[in-house]
Amino acid sequence: MKPVVEIVIPQLAESLVSATIDKWLKQPGDRIEIYEPICELITDKVSAELPSTISGTLVKILVGNGETVPVGTPVCLVEADSAPQGESEAAAPSATEESSQAASSSELGHSMRNRYSPAVQQLAAEHGVDLSGIAGTGLGGRITRKDVLAYVAGKGTRSANAPIAAPGTQSPQQVRSTGLHLSNEPAIPTIETQGSPIPGRGEYFIDVSPVRNTIARNMSQSATEIPQGWMMIEVDVTNLVVLRNKVKDEFMKREGINLTYLAFVLKAVVNAIKDFPMMNSMWAVDKIIVKRDINISLAVGTEESVATPVIKNADHKTIAGLAREIDDLARRGREGKLTLADMTGGTFTVNNTGSFGSIVTKPIINYPQAAIITFESIVKRPVVINDMIAVRSMANLCLSLDHRILDGVICGRFMQRVKDNLESYSLDTQLY
Amino acid sequence: MAVIDYISAIRLAMKEEMEQDEDVFVLGEDVGVKGGVFTTTKGLLEQFGEMRALDTPLSESAIAGVAIGAAMYGMKPIAEMQYSDFMFPATNQIISEAAKIRYRSNNDWNCPVVIRAPIGGGIFGGLYHSQCPESVFFGTPGLKIVAPYRPYDAKGLLKAAVRDPDPVIYFENKKCYKMIEGEVPEHDYTVPIGEANLLREGDDITVIGYSLPLYFIEQAAAELAEEGISAHVLDLRTLQPLDKNAILEAVRKTGKVLIVHEDNKTGGIGAEVSAIIAEELLYELDAPIMRLCGPDVPAMPINPPGEKNFMLNKEKVKEAMRNLALY
Repeated sequence: MKPVVEIVIPQLAESLVSATIDKWLKQPGDRIEIYEPICELITDKVSAELPSTISGTLVKILVGNGETVPVGTPVCLVEADSAPQGESEAAAPSATEESSQAASSSELGHSMRNRYSPAVQQLAAEHGVDLSGIAGTGLGGRITRKDVLAYVAGKGTRSANAPIAAPGTQSPQQVRSTGLHLSNEPAIPTIETQGSPIPGRGEYFIDVSPVRNTIARNMSQSATEIPQGWMMIEVDVTNLVVLRNKVKDEFMKREGINLTYLAFVLKAVVNAIKDFPMMNSMWAVDKIIVKRDINISLAVGTEESVATPVIKNADHKTIAGLAREIDDLARRGREGKLTLADMTGGTFTVNNTGSFGSIVTKPIINYPQAAIITFESIVKRPVVINDMIAVRSMANLCLSLDHRILDGVICGRFMQRVKDNLESYSLDTQLY
Repeated sequence: MAVIDYISAIRLAMKEEMEQDEDVFVLGEDVGVKGGVFTTTKGLLEQFGEMRALDTPLSESAIAGVAIGAAMYGMKPIAEMQYSDFMFPATNQIISEAAKIRYRSNNDWNCPVVIRAPIGGGIFGGLYHSQCPESVFFGTPGLKIVAPYRPYDAKGLLKAAVRDPDPVIYFENKKCYKMIEGEVPEHDYTVPIGEANLLREGDDITVIGYSLPLYFIEQAAAELAEEGISAHVLDLRTLQPLDKNAILEAVRKTGKVLIVHEDNKTGGIGAEVSAIIAEELLYELDAPIMRLCGPDVPAMPINPPGEKNFMLNKEKVKEAMRNLALY
């Protein structure tokens, strides 16, 4: 006998779940070739013809014109020309599978008879039930939880023993959320806070802050790697003092910022560096790198630390421009608002040590630069000029130098040039 | 109460939230002019204008990033990943930024973003249109994950997700869009995130699932009832945080549990659910915890027999449920 095959509605498009038969193209009794359209379908996405999956004769239409049915629904029966091979093959193993399954379950016999699940044991203990007296209905004759419950219900009586509360049922609301010892709140670790005194000891510890750590590392590196020479000169800044006193109020009014001595000192130093470019260099073991840009690192101190923000291209700036830069960097330095970009690219460092009253310092070079100069306090002193004693405003300038790059002669000349520049300020000096 | 399909419930939720709150907007690939490839966002551009239904470039990382930024700034964006398969370029934004910003900023910032992504196969989509990526995001503290099955929950959970102050991933099942219908109230309501829902009561076996497989479970449970097997069916609805009390209560009812999902077995949601049960309920179990999941193969096959073999269906679920009941 020829097999009769169902033709079903296929999945025509993503997310399509149903289709409507628009029109049958074949009628019962018609001959159908494989892939030949048998009807037209309408869906909410596409309209399509339904091709036959088999050659044969249309026997019966199951879904009429205009009916909507889910994907996978048989729409007609077709008597096939020959037995479709795939189906018979598919049918055979499934039959053997079922029989083998049946065999295996009967083989199990009563092997599970004495395997009790935790639930069964708990119920048995709770109700004082002897499990050997209960018939098992589970797999392999296993006694299920329901078997015990049914047995207890059938007996109608409970054991005199009070039910033993199970650990799981005691507190159903307490659910673990994390970790192993979950009922406990996680312990808060005790951390020794900064500067806290240790009882019974005459000292206390302060954690090293990241800034302090950076300063320590840079200073150690500079002090250990660079053979540092030192020299000092004194400068007569009387004219500078006169100049500044004359213009500073006007400048304050005009620019809104303080015109400091440092701006004049920077200008003098930068102009000297222009004449002695070796001051603006760094040691690179097999060569010396001379920097073309003059970027002055300016030491800005606070109570806890010191930073060295950079005035980029300081040689392009006027005294007024430098004063503005100094004011900006110093203010932001004290407010802790300097950015990394502010701190990088320096080629030579100037430190206004006079601002905290020093008259001589031995600065440590700002690694990897070649030298650092300090400007000390201005003090009035009796000075001999042309064999006469005069009262002049004097200040010291101290220089630490990398002796791998620089020697006494060039540094002496450089310092002399700075001195000349500072002493040549006069009332004619242009601020802008 | 109107009976509408799953996709209409999602659309309705977005429409209502956008009407109620000007900060709510949708963004994604083709969500504006086209109204979404599945028509999920159809009509939103016409009603709310192009500033609130943004067509974005094909860049999921940008969609998520823009949405996260807008959310942190006080907006309530609903970002659509066209298919959850395309979501992986946005994983870094979602896991490293959205999920962590509240913790990272010590509560200064939060990120009320919703990320909608259609999951699941069975649509001849092959490997790029069929994935279930729940396990990728599951287990990321700081993320909430919901995966509704009923249209009622689809609307209520999406509305709850929009109003939630933290990032919520909303996994909608694309096979459910037109197939699952149900009663959805026309009024304003939400379904609380973190609460599971009991779909069916029974006392032989407990079946726990979420999203599309629940459709097969409900069908199988109805058929098994005729065989005398009654199933207790729990819809997780929220995957993170899991409703642990509801899970334990449902398992305690029967002592036998089957966990079903389409995402593959290893490392899936079922693994966590079974671990919770094993940790808390060892002495009340009457059978080994069982799982029925997608196979551990790299991708959904594009060939129809391969896809059929990969996908769960009523028969597979029914057989697993029967085996558990007979144990």
